[in-house]
This record gives sequence, structure tokens and C-alpha cells, in this order.
Amino acid sequence: MDHFPTNWGRPRNDAFDAYATYPIHQRPYNGPKDTFADGVQRTQQPIVTGTSVLAIKYKDGVMMAADNLASYGSLARFKDVQRLHQVGNYTVIGAGGDMSDFQYIQYILEELSIDEISAQDGHELGPIEIHEYMSQLMYARRSKMNPLWNSLLIGGFKDGKRFLSYVDLLGTTYSASTLATGYGAFIAQPLLRKAVEGREDVITEEEARKILEDSMRVLFYRDARSMNKFQIATISSAGVSISDSMQLETAWSFAENIRGYGAQTQ
Amino acid sequence: MSQQSAFSSPGFDFSNSVRNNFLQEKGMPLPKATSTGTTIVGCLFKDGIILGADTRATEGEIIADKNCEKIHYITESIRCCGAGTAADTEFTTATISSNMELHSLSTGRKPRVVTVMTMLKQYLFQYQGHIGAALVLGGVDSTGPHLFTIHPHGSTDKLPYVTMGSGSLAAMAVFESSWKPNMERSDALALVSAAVSAGIFNDLGSGSNVDACIITATQTEMLRNFVKPNERVEKERHYTFRRGTTAWKSENIRDLIVNEDITLVGATGDAMDTS
Amino acid sequence: MIMPDMDSLAHPQERRFNPYTENGGTILAIAGADFSVIAGDTRQSEGYSIQTRYAPKVFRLTDRAVLAVNGFAADGNMFVKKVKQRLEWYHHAHAKDMPLRAIARLIQTMLYARRFFPYYVYNILGGIEEDGTGAVYSFDPVGSYEREACRAAGAAQSLVQPFLDNQIYFKNQEAAQGTSHPSHLPLETVLSIVIDSFTSATERHIEVGDGLEIFIALSKGRTLQGMESIRGLQELTVTEDGERLFVMRRDLKKD
Repeated sequence: MDHFPTNWGRPRNDAFDAYATYPIHQRPYNGPKDTFADGVQRTQQPIVTGTSVLAIKYKDGVMMAADNLASYGSLARFKDVQRLHQVGNYTVIGAGGDMSDFQYIQYILEELSIDEISAQDGHELGPIEIHEYMSQLMYARRSKMNPLWNSLLIGGFKDGKRFLSYVDLLGTTYSASTLATGYGAFIAQPLLRKAVEGREDVITEEEARKILEDSMRVLFYRDARSMNKFQIATISSAGVSISDSMQLETAWSFAENIRGYGAQTQ
Repeated sequence: MSQQSAFSSPGFDFSNSVRNNFLQEKGMPLPKATSTGTTIVGCLFKDGIILGADTRATEGEIIADKNCEKIHYITESIRCCGAGTAADTEFTTATISSNMELHSLSTGRKPRVVTVMTMLKQYLFQYQGHIGAALVLGGVDSTGPHLFTIHPHGSTDKLPYVTMGSGSLAAMAVFESSWKPNMERSDALALVSAAVSAGIFNDLGSGSNVDACIITATQTEMLRNFVKPNERVEKERHYTFRRGTTAWKSENIRDLIVNEDITLVGATGDAMDTS
Repeated sequence: MIMPDMDSLAHPQERRFNPYTENGGTILAIAGADFSVIAGDTRQSEGYSIQTRYAPKVFRLTDRAVLAVNGFAADGNMFVKKVKQRLEWYHHAHAKDMPLRAIARLIQTMLYARRFFPYYVYNILGGIEEDGTGAVYSFDPVGSYEREACRAAGAAQSLVQPFLDNQIYFKNQEAAQGTSHPSHLPLETVLSIVIDSFTSATERHIEVGDGLEIFIALSKGRTLQGMESIRGLQELTVTEDGERLFVMRRDLKKD
């Protein structure tokens, strides 16, 4: 996945900027020329954005992590935003991308939950249903050329089964035992895969927490739109719990020995 | 009719790239260069430097070479990993390697890593990023171990652990989570191998094997195909073709033995004087 | 003189939303005299990233029809969902499964219905016809289709199709004096060719790999003929005394 939210859903061009080295505000124009573009309804771009969400399966369920930052471009605008949201009794939805669209999604899911509860039919929405609902919603919005500019992770535990799946602004879905959105897909996913793949039924809650914390620390080191303040959600047979915000120990001592960037020695 | 000025304007001339942009806008595709969409890494350890690289070279989404060498020779104790356009990395490193050899013959000293770094960055800056070489330079000289990255536009970085290429984020994640100062040789080698493997298995631009190069003050050890986690599997069938499978239009068999009648002239039968 | 990297500033910034992406992978199908094999790799990718190592691209529609979809994954999943819905309605209305050639025509009309906002998906439909023969139908994204003996589609189509042309249609191969090429190959040979197609595509295409899923549809009354013990085989058949359906899973390289 492209880690620049402003680039999402836009055509890429291998001839320029294969490694996304251009600054965000002077991206080369890659798309086809459209004479009528100015007259056509223009779809939004993300304004206030959240960065990565991480999630893994472990022995007892699913664990997710996301930091508390909502950025306005390169400005760290809101520093106490919750990007992990509980839906019903079995599900957590984590969002990257546009935060106002995410708040709209929370509103929609709240309405859905109320309808579901008032029915009193003995059915409860689980993670599978919520993921299906969200993927239909996201796909429908992309098909109207008016997408909800998010990438979402949906994790849950119901009827003794773990569930973890992804959906984004294009309606693309997939699941795996480890998932990460945004920059996390490039930085954290390799670490998560190495730690989790093939060990989903062995990893304890403490281990899972450590894996996510280590990945969140690396993301804080390398993702310029991240923050060292985050929350962890656990979803297991015991239900949903979203932690208070926490901080990690970081180390910067290596920098003391670095002198310059080239031939400098003092 | 006015003649074009015989004098070229001072500074850089970008008329060719303006032309290229124009042609591309008209729909002419630019020729595709082989690129090493790559994971290359380097890290400092107790006794020196370890460089690492994957061995996949791509042309777009096609794998052009499954086992190419991306750790290039500069001098005996200085090596350079290359990512980006394959031809550019090969030629820049070869050019600088040649210049370093001449430099060391001229000065009578062993070349330093900063010299190589400075020559590379000045060379790349001159071409304003049109030479697509992204390099990880490492080596040990009289002033100790040094590790640099050099970007295509000529900027450099000096850090204790570095990564480059499309798999750089995957590899950097491994370094950020596990690198420590003054690591033992075996631990550092395992870490470099893990960093490159993260690129190989998570980045589609990287693949095949792990190459590593350990440079210390006393020796340089090139570990070609240090790990081979992606051996080609055996095919289910054998695809040999029966003789005569290929159709032909006409058959023409020529006798390649030429018979000649030789008449000896003025020969007396004496052997040639070969003394 | 404009610096090449600066002239991007002269253009307005790209604002239009692109509703499509490309998720890599390859699918292929081969028809035999009384069977059909439909296969696809299981990697789903975008750009240089692997999204997941297991996302199915081949789907059971009925006991005698299997659909492989490749291209934009969201469109593919939505399209399969809609085809399955139409087949369920058909089943309720007619108390039988829709025949293969009818499914093929249904897929054509469903694709063409979206002519001006297409499903960005290449479809290959494989299975057993009413006359008991193995069949493969291949489609373009807007519904042009054709019945064939074999077809590859997706990222590595340009690598696999020439190989199939040579090994299935015997293109560029002269038969030995006094013999002719077989018009249909046995199941064992076809399976080997399918596996080799994918291991080869994995070697040379960055978007192919991780896993291989092969569906095998057998005509009514036909058995596996000694291939029951083949590695990774599993039966999916729902009804008795009809066509039988199997799936076989293999690993592919993960780099």
C-alpha cells in the first residue's frame, strides 16, 4: 500500500518517483490529461490524517495497536485522538487515513448497532458481519467516485473464533494473521510476519503485546507522521478491552557518536 | 536568419530532458532500464563493517537476473552496494574504483572511505540525479570503519546502520529493532542476513539470495550467496524435445571437407629448415 | 530553462480519484476430454507490497463450474458474489444448477452491463459442459468471450500462455513421422503442466508466488484413475452421482 494518503487512489508512474522520494506538495503529475477536470465534481483529498494501524492474531484472540496522532499535512495537529474503536461486544475497528471520514464511519456503525440492539432478535453483530458491512460500504462509495478515505483493520473474537481483516477506500479486502496499514505495511509488517507467521496458536498475550510494542517503537523511529503515544486493543473470549494511552522507552544515544554526514570529523 | 549562438549558456543544460518530457507526453515510452529494485544494507560492528544485499534484478515486474551481484569492488578494503538503475551502479562504482586505484598509486597510500564517498557524491551531483545510483558505501581505512549512503542526487548520510532500495523500510525495521553498538561478528552477520531477508520476503522488488561482505582492518571476506532460501524447485515434467520437432522449409547438406590436388613445385623432398 | 523536476509545479495537482488498482497474480485453466483444471496463485499484492499470502482467486460456483478472477481484487470479489447470487436465484427458479455454457453467457451480459464503468477483472470459467466434455471459457473485462482448450490470464499471462500454446496446442512442434499430436491430454499430464507453469511464473514474475490453488472438475462417472493419493488433494463435491470437484493446494516460493 502507498504510505502517502494524498497519493491513495491515484495512478502511479514507474518512470518518475519509483520510491516516492518527491516531497508531498510537488508530486509529479502522472495521470492522463482531462480537459474537463475542472468542471467535473472533484473528489476530496484527506485533510486530517491518522497513520498506521497494526494487528496480529495470537493464542487467545486478536491484538491491535494505533497511535493517538491526527496530522494536518506535516503538522502534528491533534495528539489525543483514539483511532481504535469498539463496535458491539466482539469487534474493534482501527483506522488510518482521513479522520473525519473515520468519525463518520463510527457514526454509521453506531446507528447500525442501535438498529441491531433494538431488533432484540437474539442476533449480535460480530467482526465478520461488521467487516462485510464495511467492505460493502467502502466499495459502494468508491463506485460512486466519492470514497471514504480510510484504510481499516477489523479485528474480533466471537463464537470461539478469531477474525482479522482489512478494507480500504477502494473496497479492497484481505486477511492474514498479521496486518498493517499505512507506513506500517512497509515497516511493521515484516517484523510482525517474522514474529507471528506459523505461531498464531502459541503466542501469549504478553508476547503479543511485546511484538506490537516493539513494532510501534520502530514506527515511531521511522514514520514522520507517528507519535510515541498509542493504545492497544485486545479482543478475546473475555471481550474487548482498549488500553489507556501509553508511551515507550526510546533510545537515541547512538546519535552522540555521529559527526556530520560526510567527511566531517568534528 | 539569425544563427544560433555559438556559445552555450552557463550552468546546466537540460534541453535533452525537456525534449524527453515532451516526447513522453506525446506517448513515446522511454526505454526501460534494468533496475535492481533491491534491498541493500550495511552496519557497523565491533571489528568493522558488514554489507549485505539481495540478488534480484528486475525489468519492471519481470525478474531479469535471479542471482546478480550488488556488492561492488571499490578497493580491497572498501566495497559498495548499489540500488537503482543497474548500469548506473555498475559504471559509477567501476569508474570510482578505477580512479581510487590510480589515486592510491599516485599517493602511495591506501585509499580512505571518505575519499570514495566524496568522489561518488561529486560525480553524482554533477549529473543532477540523472544517474540513478543509490549506494551503500562501507569500508575500513587508517582512520577506522566508515559507513555511508549516497543518494542519486549526491547527498550523503553517515550512520551506524543503513539501508537502501525498495526493501529499505523492511530492512531498516529489523535494524531499528535489534541493532546494538559493538556487536560480535557472528551476531552482526546474522542481523545483516535478517535485514536482507526481511526485504527478500516482504518486498516484491527484492528476492533470491543473501550476499554479505565483512570488512575488518585486517581482511575483507566476500560471502557470495551466504544464505540461499529460495532454491528453484524441481519441475514435474522434463521438457526435452524430440529430434525433428522444429519444422523446416528446405534441407541443404554441405560437405565441409574440401579435396584439393596439390602439385609440388621444385620440391626435392627436403624437410623445411626449422632451426 | 525549466528544471525537469520543477515543471511538475507547472501542472495542476492530480485531484481525480482513481477507483481502480491492480492486485497482481495469475490464473489459468485447461480443458481435457472429460475434465477441466482451473488454477490460480494465492498472493495478493499492490505495488511492491504483499498484502496477503493467501487470498483465493479461484471459486467454486457449482459442482461443475469454477470461476477464476484476476485483476482488481475488490471488483473480482464483488463480481464473484454477484455471479453466485444469480446462480442461487437460478437454482431456486429451476431446481437445478445452471449449465456451464449458460453461466458463460450470464457472465458476458453481467460484464457488458458495466461497459462504461467496467469490472477491472479478467475471468476464466472452467468446468464440465452438459455433454460431459471439459470446457474453458475466457473473458475480457467488458464481456467478450470464447470457449477454448486452455487460457492463462493476469500478471504472468505473457509468460504462461506461450508455454501452454506449445505444450497443450503443440504450437511450433512437428509431430513425428506418421503420428499426430493428441487433441486432449490426460489429467496427470495437465496437472504437471499447470504446476510447472506456476513454478516457472514464480521464478520470473515478482507478483506471482506464495501459494497455488488448483481446482479439478471431473465429468460424471469419471474417476481420478489412480490419482487419489496425490499430495494436497481434497474433494469438494456436494451432490452424489454427478460431476465431482476437487481442490489441490501447493506451496510456491515466497520471495
